[in-house]
Amino acid sequence: MTAYVRTEDAPRLPAPANIVGWRAAIRERLFPTPLSGLASIIIGALLLWVIWTIVDWALLRAVFVAPDRTLCNVEGAGACWPVIQDKALQWVYGFYPIDQRWRVNLVYLMGAVSLAGLLIPRIPFKGWNALFFFVVYPIATFFLLLGGVFGLPYVETSQWGGLLVTLVLAVTAIVTSVPLGILLALGRRSEMPIVSLLSTIFIEVVRGVPLVLVLFMAANMFPLFMPPGVNPDKLLKAVVGMSLFASAYMAETIRGGLQAIPKGQYEASRALGLPYWKMMGLIVMPQALKIVIPGIVNNFIGLFKDTSLVTVVGIFDLLGIVQSGFNDAKWASAQTGNTGYFALAMIYWVFCFGMSRYSMYIERKLNTGHKR
Amino acid sequence: MKLIKNLALASVFGLAAAASAGAATLDDVKAKGVIDCGVSQGLIGFSNPDSNNNWSGLDVDFCKAVAAAVLGDATKVKYSPLNAKERFTALQSGAIDVLSRNSTWTMSRDTTLGLSFAGVTYYDGQGFLVPSKLGVKSALELGGASVCTQTGTTTELNLADYFKANKMEYKVVAFEKNEEVLKAYQEGRCDVFTTDQSGLYAERLKFTNPAEHVVLPEIISKEPLGPVVRQGDAQWFNIVRWTYFALLNAEELGVTSANVDQMKTSENPEIQRLLSVKVKNPDGTEADNDFGKGIGLGPDWAYNVIKQVGNYGEIFERNLGQSTDLKIARGENALWNQGGLQYAPPVR
Repeated sequence: MTAYVRTEDAPRLPAPANIVGWRAAIRERLFPTPLSGLASIIIGALLLWVIWTIVDWALLRAVFVAPDRTLCNVEGAGACWPVIQDKALQWVYGFYPIDQRWRVNLVYLMGAVSLAGLLIPRIPFKGWNALFFFVVYPIATFFLLLGGVFGLPYVETSQWGGLLVTLVLAVTAIVTSVPLGILLALGRRSEMPIVSLLSTIFIEVVRGVPLVLVLFMAANMFPLFMPPGVNPDKLLKAVVGMSLFASAYMAETIRGGLQAIPKGQYEASRALGLPYWKMMGLIVMPQALKIVIPGIVNNFIGLFKDTSLVTVVGIFDLLGIVQSGFNDAKWASAQTGNTGYFALAMIYWVFCFGMSRYSMYIERKLNTGHKR
Repeated sequence: MKLIKNLALASVFGLAAAASAGAATLDDVKAKGVIDCGVSQGLIGFSNPDSNNNWSGLDVDFCKAVAAAVLGDATKVKYSPLNAKERFTALQSGAIDVLSRNSTWTMSRDTTLGLSFAGVTYYDGQGFLVPSKLGVKSALELGGASVCTQTGTTTELNLADYFKANKMEYKVVAFEKNEEVLKAYQEGRCDVFTTDQSGLYAERLKFTNPAEHVVLPEIISKEPLGPVVRQGDAQWFNIVRWTYFALLNAEELGVTSANVDQMKTSENPEIQRLLSVKVKNPDGTEADNDFGKGIGLGPDWAYNVIKQVGNYGEIFERNLGQSTDLKIARGENALWNQGGLQYAPPVR
């Protein structure tokens, strides 16, 4: 009997040549059927053409060194990168007085450090850090940027601009929209009729008008309802308008999360004797918020990009300052605008992509409960 | 309904109150030591920030001239970039002291907004840009041409009127956006591009071959651009208006930023009056040439303007003229005695 039993493994043969290696991978993934193959070829060609066009314009035909517009303004020239170099600082600081730019730097630095502390899970002292970021930092930023105290010269908001204004708008609106959104979402689902009615009216009215209109109303109509002489700062009005607008959207996103929590969770918390706010804070909200992370980040990204709409009310955000640079006689050329917009797109993309990646990371990290 | 009516009334009175609140602009300006000047958000040659936040341009230089006249220092200006919609509101509410933002002087603006136009610092109007290879020298040779223009603006209307009045055929190629119009013109889809003349010069800069396009001399509409102040403050209005006149008079009399110090010893009585030079009358009394008193300023008002900013011709040349990339011809903006429209009453 033993003669029929093999005592050693058969020699391992290499996999057939047609299912390993890059050739097989290409055939398998790109050309599994004739139709898919055709699609692959067409899409590939399109992609190559787009990439080539961009590379050709942004690198091959581009002008990298030029003192002014003359070298950029020639037939067949591609991107005019010296413009960006010349304008970069203005994009970051706007018209903020040059000798006061350290104040903006300090604000950027504090924000970056404390945000990193909040976002990276390994770093301890989350509580203190949150206290700093959500309470101390906004106050410090306010006085540091505006000045007029502690011997700092007063810099009014009309001199702010560029990335500074974009970040002030976006960060303020993002940070205020979450708590306001939670309150509005809870208010809308509340059993108290007045609270519920008011929340619903607010959400539906704000959601029912375009953001541009909200900004126009804040900038132009709001002063008409105020006593003469009372005209709040333009940037402040824009910040408040955007924050309220964002919270209405946030409320609906969060309400979506609340709907998804089974009724049993509410009943169980009630059965444990938890009062309303503890039930919401400890049981319902943590689950609801986790579910709607993609939606919340979607709102954040949308909001960040929507800040560019403030140009219509005469605030120089990043887009506004880039566009005003096109009219500098020193740099006016056929490619100045294209180059500016291209660089701008990359800046926006870096911010939005960063937010998107971070949200995916957090989703994976919090995903424990739903893993099956 | 009543509530709404009351609210509307209140807001109207509110506006009126705000407009009259800054009655003594001169005192305000002297107290804060700086002039708040409303400018455009970026228009080549008129007002534009460079990479170091320094503003320059014809409109900007006018702000500087007013600052030099009032405060004796042309750098004491704070620029507020304003868009077209908010510019007049900003002036009405007192946020700015003078609006120098390529604003066209029209009857409705002058009479219904509680504002006053102090002069015309630039006579603009609709013009034509053509490729120089067409060999066209005058707009009257444009019969049968296709014209690129923006839809829904007065530009289209002026165009129709002009060609009809001169009994010429033409074809309109109209687009929604200015960028599209420019693109069409550059691609050769039309022979002529029309918009305000200053705009033609500015857009020409962005062409890859500016030298191959010429702006025709004709102007077919009136767009007088000038500084604006609040109505009801006669003194401030006079200051702004006479700063403008001083710029023109200085050019007419040949007083420039370079020679203004020598000119103080000039024998020309007109120059003596402009620069407030004290002179002995034949009978031994001293002639008081201090015309600054009339507008509440010191005797050096015009001297400071010319010394620090230059005369109108210098300002024009520095920002728009042949030495700049724009290369705008003086045209209507030449002095009255050189075939233009710029004319100032004498200082006397």
